[in-house]
Amino acid sequence: MNLKNKNVVDYLLQLGDDRLILGHRLSEWCGHAPILEEDIALANIAQDCLGQATFFLNAAAEEIGNGKTTDDLAYLRNPNQFKNLLIMELPKGDFAFTIFRQFLVDNYTFLLYQQLQNSKHNQIANIAQKSLKEVKYHLRHSSEWVLRLGDGTEISHEKSQNALNELWAYTNELFNENEIEKKLAEENIAIESFKLKNEWLDKVTQHLKTATLKILENKEENIFNGRSGKHTEHLDHLLSEMQIVVRAYPGAKW
Amino acid sequence: MVNTEVPKMNDIYKLLSQIKDPEIPEINIIELGILRNVEFENNKYKISITPTYSGCPAMKMIENQISEILKNNFYDFEIITNLSPAWTTDWMTDEGKKKLIESGITPPQKNFNSIEFKLNKINCPYCNSVKTILKSEFGSTACKSFYFCENCLTPFDYFKSI
Ligand SMILES: [Zn+2]
Repeated sequence: MNLKNKNVVDYLLQLGDDRLILGHRLSEWCGHAPILEEDIALANIAQDCLGQATFFLNAAAEEIGNGKTTDDLAYLRNPNQFKNLLIMELPKGDFAFTIFRQFLVDNYTFLLYQQLQNSKHNQIANIAQKSLKEVKYHLRHSSEWVLRLGDGTEISHEKSQNALNELWAYTNELFNENEIEKKLAEENIAIESFKLKNEWLDKVTQHLKTATLKILENKEENIFNGRSGKHTEHLDHLLSEMQIVVRAYPGAKW
Repeated sequence: MVNTEVPKMNDIYKLLSQIKDPEIPEINIIELGILRNVEFENNKYKISITPTYSGCPAMKMIENQISEILKNNFYDFEIITNLSPAWTTDWMTDEGKKKLIESGITPPQKNFNSIEFKLNKINCPYCNSVKTILKSEFGSTACKSFYFCENCLTPFDYFKSI
């Protein structure tokens, strides 16, 4: 594989892993959400995320060639080979935590896919175009809940503010400069995500303000870096559950 | 024996119109706008389909059913999955929309492709009243939202427009 291909593969893995890991976290709510409608909504959104992950990982497998499959990439990589952002792998927490993570990530994904629709890489452009339609529904869903919870009861407000405080430290990573994105942006294949930061911050800040919530700047530097495979221990636990059947019964079919 | 002598488009479409959406069995893949094109090239039928929602489990089933029905009728074929242009509910045929109403699902309104929720009033598929309220944008399957009719007191699905 030449260097350009390797960069494209890594970029597809970034895009795919973000959706795969987030989709898995959302799926953990199935049967546990506070109300039936939300159980169904979160399962629907999880399904969209996993579908999008399948498209990206499938494209990565095609770039790699040599008979590599989408399933190999999802089920047979180790934690340090995953390139998702840390915010995706954090445990699902309470309902507020899940909703606020979703809100922060939906805004980011919306802006990202909007740009990627124009990628010179056909598959990336096509997947982005298709997925954007779904992300619009996700974004509307999480945005409505942010208002409902933030500007709701005293308890829902407090839980929202706590979730937001905890999550905010992980949002810097969404916009880190990244060598692969930089190289591929020169060829109009990728978007440098730091360029999305201002618009993201405007949108998110405004909505949180309407929801009567405050952003607490967290000065702590995060020592991990998901894009380069340095993850929290949460990813180990997530993968050991997600991959157990495939690893315990290699080649099993059902 | 492989049946590739004459391209019989009408026969192919007729066969494929037997394939229904496993989640909405009243409506077939042509009416849904999933089947995009059939071409005859190099003695082979090229069947182009477009997935509805990324994670829709029905897509794999539909693909398998296309394979099965064409194999059973001795056609030589290839199935191509197109992501672009992305599937839109605007491709649903009028016949398809009519069948949706008959099965208690309000068909999708025209897609505005906007982030705002610009829905006109949704009619109840049972009594046609507009006194309906949105219960949840996510319903029994990825493609539907969940409504309630305050006139006839019946819950119903609305096929989301995307
Ligand atoms: Zn009614």
